[in-house]
Amino acid sequence: MTTLLSAKRAKGRAGRAGDTGRTGGAGGARGAKRAGRQLHGGRITYAVLIVFTVGSLFPLVWTAVAASRNSSRLAQTPPPFWFGSNLFKNLEIAWTDANMGTALLNTTIVAGSIAAGTVLFSTLAGFAFAKLRFRFKNLLLLLVIGTMMVPPQLSVVPLYMLIAELSWTDQLQSVILPTLVSAFGVFFMRQYLIEALPTELIEAARVDGASSWRVVWHVVLPAARPAMAVLGMLTFVMAWNDFFWPIIALTQNGNPTVQVALTGLGRGYIPDQSVIMAGALLGTLPLLIAFVVFGKHIVGGIMQGAVKG
Amino acid sequence: MASDAPAAAPSQGEEGAAPRDRSDGAADDRRRARRSRRYRLDVKWSPYAFVAPFFVFFLAFGLFPLLYTGWASLHRVELTAPTDMEWVGLRNFSRLLEDEFFWNALKNTVTIGLISTVPQLLIALGIAHLLNYRLRGSMFFRVAALTPYATSVAAATLVFVLLFGRDYGMINWALGLVGIDNIDWQNGEWTSQLAVSTIVIWRWTGYNALIYLAAMQAIPNDLYESAALDGASRLQQFIHVTVPSLRHTILFTCVVSTIGATQLFGEPLLFNGSAGATGGADHQFQTLGLYLYEQGWVNLHLGRASAIAWSMFLILLVIGAVNWLLARLLSKGA
Repeated sequence: MTTLLSAKRAKGRAGRAGDTGRTGGAGGARGAKRAGRQLHGGRITYAVLIVFTVGSLFPLVWTAVAASRNSSRLAQTPPPFWFGSNLFKNLEIAWTDANMGTALLNTTIVAGSIAAGTVLFSTLAGFAFAKLRFRFKNLLLLLVIGTMMVPPQLSVVPLYMLIAELSWTDQLQSVILPTLVSAFGVFFMRQYLIEALPTELIEAARVDGASSWRVVWHVVLPAARPAMAVLGMLTFVMAWNDFFWPIIALTQNGNPTVQVALTGLGRGYIPDQSVIMAGALLGTLPLLIAFVVFGKHIVGGIMQGAVKG
Repeated sequence: MASDAPAAAPSQGEEGAAPRDRSDGAADDRRRARRSRRYRLDVKWSPYAFVAPFFVFFLAFGLFPLLYTGWASLHRVELTAPTDMEWVGLRNFSRLLEDEFFWNALKNTVTIGLISTVPQLLIALGIAHLLNYRLRGSMFFRVAALTPYATSVAAATLVFVLLFGRDYGMINWALGLVGIDNIDWQNGEWTSQLAVSTIVIWRWTGYNALIYLAAMQAIPNDLYESAALDGASRLQQFIHVTVPSLRHTILFTCVVSTIGATQLFGEPLLFNGSAGATGGADHQFQTLGLYLYEQGWVNLHLGRASAIAWSMFLILLVIGAVNWLLARLLSKGA
């Protein structure tokens, strides 16, 4: 009875702690902004930023322009600057000939699983490193940080032998499993939870007899939710765009992710430039839509990770 | 100790526990003891359970492959029969030292790394400075700056291949407007490396700008005020206040970009179109990452690929040590 009650109380408090954590974070950012400069940008500032923005967005917009033309129009000067009428035809060819349908589905599964696994395992480990006491904690944390420095090239040869041995070539788990945890994620969650999760809250739940798993469920997860969302988005973007290992583990005509399918397009299995651009557009569009919807949070997450990392 | 622990169990004064009869006190004690033992086990072992998934996966897919790569680099291993290993000692490494393509790839990696990282970080610093002003639509500018980061290597490179096209590419067309003849971006040595670097710069400048922006917002305003009182212009404030305050962040982005540059792979692979992993007809933009892939998965020499991987790691360690020394010198100088 008491445990339930206090767990509920702890949960309520954790929820509030999460909220204050969030607003505290925003307040901190606002405070920091006050610390930084408040001068208004002049005309030159806007002019330079607009040029930079055009440079950032133009290749993406032009991908759509090129995808809406045909290849003979792309082989003329001046190049096209505005949309033509072939977009849906090219998208259809890319969809069927380059396996884009399978590829998009595969990439969604891969990036989704990796994001979910990374968020879950990073939160657990981050919580342990931030708030719990155990032997070898500092040594293990150092090991986590150290692994961030190891380049992925160092593991591809044995990983390839491993998946060949297991006959996992062209199967999605060969791409999912090696990237299911991330040292960056553990570090990111640790840094967040040190501040956002009051130690008294954990102690209160403990005093009420809550086991560690109950503490995680009722106290840690509610408090960690904002950071989990950010980490999930960042991991999803990274996993969606991952290139080096998928192109070794998967084949273009078997069971590709979007990036592997695009490699096939670029290497000229389908020589039509406008179809290649249609494929590139298909592979980029889901993330661009996510950026329009969640862009603010992704930007916030990167800036937060930067200050604390 | 043991007498403290039962505090974890619900104690008197609270509903449920208080009205209990004294007669089942013994059972109560036993239950309490059991609960406190479970509690102590829980506190002791659950931290390990929480960090275990990370380390299990890390050992299986991180540390083991890392060491095994070292082991494989001392063998002759072919992709066609990966379990068939023949001990050759350091021969893979000594062959690399005599291999002109290895040195060529190393040189290209350094050059492309420099001409992509240096402008990238400088532009990012400038853009971050501008984004730090109070702006209308500042969130729009930030999100727009980050969109290239959401674009994959493959998609970005395919677009830039078209933009850098020799005959009909938009860049040559624009250069033609100011009277510059068509440049063969893919086949020239400098031009191809510049084009590959452009893709890297495009994808990562906004990301780095946001990192700088975050650090800039933490600089206290008094520093600027006192600099202004001393008569420093905006540019002088930027050079003497902003940049020194960002020293650690700048070092951090240098390290991260260096690691990224050492691993450059997708851009040079796809910039070559259908020609494969050679990095251009003359290997003019073949990087170490691409050379590793060519040796392992085109020429099927996994042992040699492993030796390249370890060489890259050693180079990174050297760069790391240089960075660390620089950081020490910088902080001493301040």
